Amino acid sequence: MLTCRQMTELVTDYLEGRLSWKDRFRFQLHLGTCRHCREYVREMKVAVRALGRLPPVEIPPATMDALMERFRSW
Amino acid sequence: MRFLRRATSARDQGTAAQQRAASHQDRALVVRLLARDEAAFVSLVRTEHESLVRLALVFVRNRATAEEVAQDTWSGVLAGLAGFEGRSSLRAWIFQICSNHAMRRSAREARSTPFSALGGPDEPAVDAGRFEADGHWAHPPHAWRADTPEQILERAEAVACIGRVLDELPPAQRAVVLLRDVEGLDAAEACSVLQVSEANQRVLLHRGTLEGPPGAREASWRRVKRC
Ligand SMILES: [Zn+2]
Repeated sequence: MLTCRQMTELVTDYLEGRLSWKDRFRFQLHLGTCRHCREYVREMKVAVRALGRLPPVEIPPATMDALMERFRSW
Repeated sequence: MRFLRRATSARDQGTAAQQRAASHQDRALVVRLLARDEAAFVSLVRTEHESLVRLALVFVRNRATAEEVAQDTWSGVLAGLAGFEGRSSLRAWIFQICSNHAMRRSAREARSTPFSALGGPDEPAVDAGRFEADGHWAHPPHAWRADTPEQILERAEAVACIGRVLDELPPAQRAVVLLRDVEGLDAAEACSVLQVSEANQRVLLHRGTLEGPPGAREASWRRVKRC
């Protein structure tokens, strides 16, 4: 049985789908029995997805104008 | 550029390191740009410009310089666009141009720090007190009320806070979080943008050893959770 500490070592590879089937099985087995690690993995996923959905930052109009100038003279 | 964003969401189940070819959307966008479609350029700039500035800031000293690097990146993108072969995603290709510009600029500024020399994550070593001797949580993660990313992002102050989290991560960690998690590049693409090995990229994202410092993803999770 993996320990919680080992779970935190494997979580990145788990999220990237890089675990061997054996480690993946052991990982999921632990998840099935440990609510703390379930919470940990859940939070990690939420944080990563939040980072991936940040709205674009507003660009200053002057910057946009300068870039459009480059585009038009391209 | 809504479809560019959507393309990133599949990565949660993403498999490792195969250079991703340009999507149909990427190719369609390139065609529009080559046809001098201003709206296409505007929306691409809107979604990516700040990310380019952030990436440049990993390598160059100040924001003004990073802004110049980002603007020069767009010139480089336009100049090279006809030669875009679609062997990587369009976004990865743009970031590659940006990191090349930024590295050249930092070399010229005599702040010649290749990314690989920036060192690993400089978080404090993982606090042993987090776990009991038997490897169980001593301080389990407190249940975070946020169930979905949307719940976090609907609060403007949380969005601003996550932006600050990105700005405050150590440069090497910031670069890898920016490319992998914010922009959704895959491992191989991030490696080629940053000119690091895949092993190096993994260490940055995660951590080398059990006793080592936490990686970028854990560092950003801890901070984002406070937003
Ligand atoms: Zn556990």
